[in-house]
Amino acid sequence: MTAISLGNVDIGYGGQRVVEAVTFDVARGESFALVGESGSGKSTVLKALVGLAPEWSGKMSVLGRSCVHRPDRDLARRCQMVFQDPYGSLHPRKTVDAVLSEPLTIHGIGGQDARVERALSDVGLDRRFRFRYPHQMSGGQRQRVAIARALMLEPEVMLLDEPTSALDVSVQAEILNLLKRLRAERGLTYLMVTHNLPVVSFLCDRMAVMNKGKIVEIAATKALHDGRFTDPYSKALYAASGGGGSTE
Amino acid sequence: MQLQAWLLDDSPASRGQAAAGRAYRVSLDLMRNPLALVGMLIILLLILTAALAPWIAPETPVGQDLTRRLVPPSSEHWMGTDQLGRDIFSRVIYGARVTLLIVALVAVISAPLGLLIGAVSGYFGGWTDRILMGMTDVFLSMPKLVLALAFAAALGPGIENAIIAIAITTWPAYARIARAEALTIRNTEFVAATRLLGASHTRIITRQVLPLCTSSMIIRVTLDMAGIILTAAGLGFLGLGAQPPLPEWGAMISSGRSFIFDQWWVATMPGFAIIVVSLGFCFLGDGLRDVLDPKSEGK
Repeated sequence: MTAISLGNVDIGYGGQRVVEAVTFDVARGESFALVGESGSGKSTVLKALVGLAPEWSGKMSVLGRSCVHRPDRDLARRCQMVFQDPYGSLHPRKTVDAVLSEPLTIHGIGGQDARVERALSDVGLDRRFRFRYPHQMSGGQRQRVAIARALMLEPEVMLLDEPTSALDVSVQAEILNLLKRLRAERGLTYLMVTHNLPVVSFLCDRMAVMNKGKIVEIAATKALHDGRFTDPYSKALYAASGGGGSTE
Repeated sequence: MQLQAWLLDDSPASRGQAAAGRAYRVSLDLMRNPLALVGMLIILLLILTAALAPWIAPETPVGQDLTRRLVPPSSEHWMGTDQLGRDIFSRVIYGARVTLLIVALVAVISAPLGLLIGAVSGYFGGWTDRILMGMTDVFLSMPKLVLALAFAAALGPGIENAIIAIAITTWPAYARIARAEALTIRNTEFVAATRLLGASHTRIITRQVLPLCTSSMIIRVTLDMAGIILTAAGLGFLGLGAQPPLPEWGAMISSGRSFIFDQWWVATMPGFAIIVVSLGFCFLGDGLRDVLDPKSEGK
């Protein structure tokens, strides 16, 4: 069964089209990457899926339900997003506890105390972080909180918008390992946006290469090992990243 | 010491401790700022004076005694007496109540109103923004004192109407500030993330946008307090605010105007009171700006 399905989707901002005729399917439990340079419209696809970029046409569905043109309460419980910048995605005046309780309050879910504690331990944060403010934490810790928030509603689909690009290299590895473990434990479906090909080979099964708002090629992650891309742009991207995304 | 350690704990154990710790840090910063400290002391003094007026004041503020008209300041009458033989010191003490009432009521009415209108306007943008800001601009483009005068004249002179008139003329400035803040906040990722969680607009405005607007609002309101006191005094001076025999400082200056060359103390003493209290609010506002400014926080 498909978790995410896009059919011929165009997306625009203020009347200007930035993404054209994008079509792809992500199977349940799969991890799919959208790669491309900045400005290629990859993040826009994620935003349109959750309703943050409302100017789109075509067909989009998540877990068999069509997407609407604004953030959707029902979709919230099945599909969540992690943002790129952990410094901007947490409210500066709210404690970790308040951030993690909020989704539960919105959806009227009880047992908040236990759930918050469990969420913290799931993302590998000590319980003493629970009542800290964002400015008392490091970037990696903040990103863990952001991931925990996205997981509070126990969604099946996670949209990851360059979740590691704002972090130090050593912290990047920690967050990637965390994402990999969470996916294995919970059978999550990932749709990830990145420009970092090693991240793709570490975390994803398939990838779509985007250039100037269009998908130029959809390939298995294996292609990053043997370089078997067909489109000239993907070949160039592959070469620019050092010939082999992964050295393992 | 133990309490201090508990308050400054880097990893608080409960919501209450986290909130108390933050409040404690803010007050510590405030204490380190000498001007803010002076401001706080002045305002504390104002509040104490207002609360304890009957015990501090040597005489009643309205007791007339025409046999001792216009007595200069002496050990018996610290600030002299006015044209009706009333003790000016007692009147200034009781005047603190009126001033505090005006300031508190204007703040309570206009700050939340401006905050809400500005936050809604900035958060939604588009037509909501245009209509609400158009309305704000109409109020903003009128001279404050003249508008307050017009309201006071229309509603009839009196302290309540003066308060309403001042409140109506002060909220637009707050709406502007709140709107500017809301405009930047609505595009942040934490608002987007909260929308994705399924939160309603009301929830986002009250829980996400407003808390971030309040600190600049508190600063602005504190700094405006001086202006509010002066406007109230101005209305009193023009005879449209507090009515005699209510000991309002502006009205007291107004009544002392006719003797200002020969009996300077009648107008000067309440004038001093206005200056000191206004200064106190300005100092506190400046101090709060240094402490509460989100940009300086966490550094």
